[in-house]
Amino acid sequence: MLPLLWLVPAIPFAGALTLAVLGPRMREKAAAVIGTGSIAVSAVISLFIAAAFLTAPPAAGAYTQTLWTWIDVGSFRPAIAFYLDALSLVMMTVVTFVSFLIHVYSAEFMRGDEGYSRFFAYMNLFVASMVTLLLADNLLLLYLGWEGVGLCSYLLIGFWYQDPANGLAGRKAFIVTRIGDTAMAVGLFLLFHNLGTLRIQDLMHAAQSQWPVGSAYAIAAAALLLGGAVGKSAQLPLQTWLPDAMAGPTPTSALIHAATMVTAGVYLIARTHVLFALAPPVQFAVAVVGAATLLMAGFSAATQNDIKRVLAYSTISQIGYMFLALGVGAWSAAIFHFMTHAFFKALLFLAAGIVIEALHHEHNIFRMGGLRNELPVAFWTFLIGGCALAGLPLITAGYYSKDLILWSAANSTAGGMGLWAAGMAGVVLTSLYTFRLIFLVFFGRLETAVSHRPGLAMTVPACVLAFLSIVGGFGKLPFEALLATALPQFREAGGGMSEALASAAAGLAFLAGLLAAWYAYLQNPSLARSAAANPAGRLLHRFWFSDWGMDWLYDRVFIRPVVWAASANKADVIDSIYDGLAGAAALCYRLLSATETGKLRWYAAWIAGGSVVTLAIVMWL
Amino acid sequence: MFPIREGFLLSGVLFTLGVIGVLVRRNLLFVLMSIEVMLNAAGLAFVAAGARWGQPDGQVVFLFILAMAAAEVSVGLALVLELYHQYKSLDTDAISRMRG
Amino acid sequence: MTIVFYTAGAVAIIATIMMLTRLDAVHALLHLIVSLLAVAVIFFVLGAPFVAALEVIIYAGAIMVLFVFVVMLLNLGAHAARAERALLTPSIWVGPAVLAAILLAEFIWLLASGNVPPSGAATIGPAEVGMALFGRYLIGVELASMLLLAGLVAAYHLGWRKIPQVEATHVSHP
Repeated sequence: MLPLLWLVPAIPFAGALTLAVLGPRMREKAAAVIGTGSIAVSAVISLFIAAAFLTAPPAAGAYTQTLWTWIDVGSFRPAIAFYLDALSLVMMTVVTFVSFLIHVYSAEFMRGDEGYSRFFAYMNLFVASMVTLLLADNLLLLYLGWEGVGLCSYLLIGFWYQDPANGLAGRKAFIVTRIGDTAMAVGLFLLFHNLGTLRIQDLMHAAQSQWPVGSAYAIAAAALLLGGAVGKSAQLPLQTWLPDAMAGPTPTSALIHAATMVTAGVYLIARTHVLFALAPPVQFAVAVVGAATLLMAGFSAATQNDIKRVLAYSTISQIGYMFLALGVGAWSAAIFHFMTHAFFKALLFLAAGIVIEALHHEHNIFRMGGLRNELPVAFWTFLIGGCALAGLPLITAGYYSKDLILWSAANSTAGGMGLWAAGMAGVVLTSLYTFRLIFLVFFGRLETAVSHRPGLAMTVPACVLAFLSIVGGFGKLPFEALLATALPQFREAGGGMSEALASAAAGLAFLAGLLAAWYAYLQNPSLARSAAANPAGRLLHRFWFSDWGMDWLYDRVFIRPVVWAASANKADVIDSIYDGLAGAAALCYRLLSATETGKLRWYAAWIAGGSVVTLAIVMWL
Repeated sequence: MFPIREGFLLSGVLFTLGVIGVLVRRNLLFVLMSIEVMLNAAGLAFVAAGARWGQPDGQVVFLFILAMAAAEVSVGLALVLELYHQYKSLDTDAISRMRG
Repeated sequence: MTIVFYTAGAVAIIATIMMLTRLDAVHALLHLIVSLLAVAVIFFVLGAPFVAALEVIIYAGAIMVLFVFVVMLLNLGAHAARAERALLTPSIWVGPAVLAAILLAEFIWLLASGNVPPSGAATIGPAEVGMALFGRYLIGVELASMLLLAGLVAAYHLGWRKIPQVEATHVSHP
């Protein structure tokens, strides 16, 4: 089965190509079959590959498939080659499978949209890029996939391009992630310049043998890669694009924010974990970034009133958990949380999409309510997803993965109680904003009438994901055993917190958030309103609502000066040089054309004069 | 013994005289004759150079120049006839309609 | 030999100057023929008898005959000579003369600064020239033949005109 690996990215790519070329002439059904079918085939193949990998693991725990040499310039010879080990296997399987469910869902969700085939073309390309990114054998191919998902996210966020706001959101996502990508590109240059290769495995060996722990090169390379990861995974300080990215269709949000793109940064760090292990300050920075992001995004999520923006902030926050795990060296915990998060976040978006479509594209949660009985499937799946997100103890997948991260943060040699406390506060916040969302949307009075009921294509994927959101956590031990072949073991510091204590604390934090949400939004709804009404509360609310003023800050610090400089330089100083060149050329033209008199003797005289000058130059120079 | 250097000198003088003729005379016939003088001077330089090295190549090139001069004169004189029919004049300054 | 060379060189220069200053085209042509014949003598002195013969036959013979034909066809009369005199004012020839003088000075400088040996070696007869011409330079010969063919076609094309048109110009220009 393993030699079929190349088909996993190739089939979605072929699907994207087919849809891009023939899509406009296709009927919706044909486009849906091609778009969904290609991902289905891809998912089935990756499941078979996973089965083959698990039953008969390849030698050294990894399988490499080299297709051809991509570029051949001197010693720089990156290949189109795929590398499959436990890490990329998990990522690939989860990505293709969740993408498949989302595609099935979109086939119904997008029905009647004029860009139906275009949507599937983008989505297929997105999956193809993401799988390329995951399977890449060298960092250049990884970068190709990296930019591919960046491009597709831009296309999908701005999918409904008739509204300029959507285009603006797409551009914002593109530009902000580009900042991180630039850092990453510089990091690749640095790595290639110093270690002479971009093949990830060779690179890791070379780094380990050539760079001592804490060497400047390792720190610089790891920091630059972290820059790329921060941009793509929407962590501090480049997280501002993700909430705006909700402008895209809801399945897009599910695909970008759950299964694929935003976890690319997590994958990159896990993939290059050797570099981060060689640069302890950067690794600690990863943990701090994760902890700070999960807290900030948690506060912001608790104040939003757009259902999708709440989920967007929760995504940022959950990826913050993954970064925290990476930062404290709990590599497999991060990937485990990636997997469970992929299930429950995709589920939440799909359920939210059902709600949104049922209510005439209403996004405001204060105009929803009482949908518990109207949309039972959406309610139950959303409840399961929400519980998983908040970490309902013992039952849901999210609890196991998050618990593992929190325990690791407390017990890591690199971590500490500060990081653990931030994580715990995050659990309370997560629980609070999740149940706030659930209570406001599904409980209380019916605010808006339901106009549309979801079909099977929308409910079945949600149910499958709900199932996975529960059982996904039970596979913790075999999962860790599998990942141990690809990622280093977590190094536990002695004398830390016991596992039972950490679990109990996480459970209590969950309950605290749940109770707070219950009290403030169901039992005593005036409380939240009055808290938001007094001046301090209003200020705080506005501050958090606007994502801690980050957009405002960037607007003042970066955008305004650039816009000012651009408007001040309207005449374009640089361009005047080229205008001058053009003017000089025109002047020369006028001078030369003045010599064109039509008088033969003058022409001959010019020739003679020219030979005199040429001879003089030959003789005396 | 052949006076090579004087041969070059003579070719230079003749060439310069040809240049003067092209630049001074406005009659197209004289211009053509001056060009003949210049070509002949160039041929003289080649023959002198061939004599310097004792090789036939200079003379071969002179033959090529001869052929070119013949072709040039035949076309040039045909143009002279045509122009005279058109303009009733051989003054090159008067025939300056081909100005850009 | 040296006397012959200097004599022939002087004749060539003087004849060329005379050619340049004539007003009548036929007179100029005669001077040009003298100049070419003098150059032919110089070729002979330089040890190139074959080229000397060709100079006499083709340059002084064939090409100049062409000129003579054209001058006769044009039928330039006394008024042409008067017009030429009007054109030969000092203001016209001073500038070109200075330019040409500079060119000549540069040329002489080059000759003086380069180490041109004062004299050459042996006479090169027609046989050697022929061997070189149809050996190494065969492609050049072919190209020259094509050039001549092109010249022939061009001359024919330019010289060809309809009979009525010739008569019309004849009538309009007695």
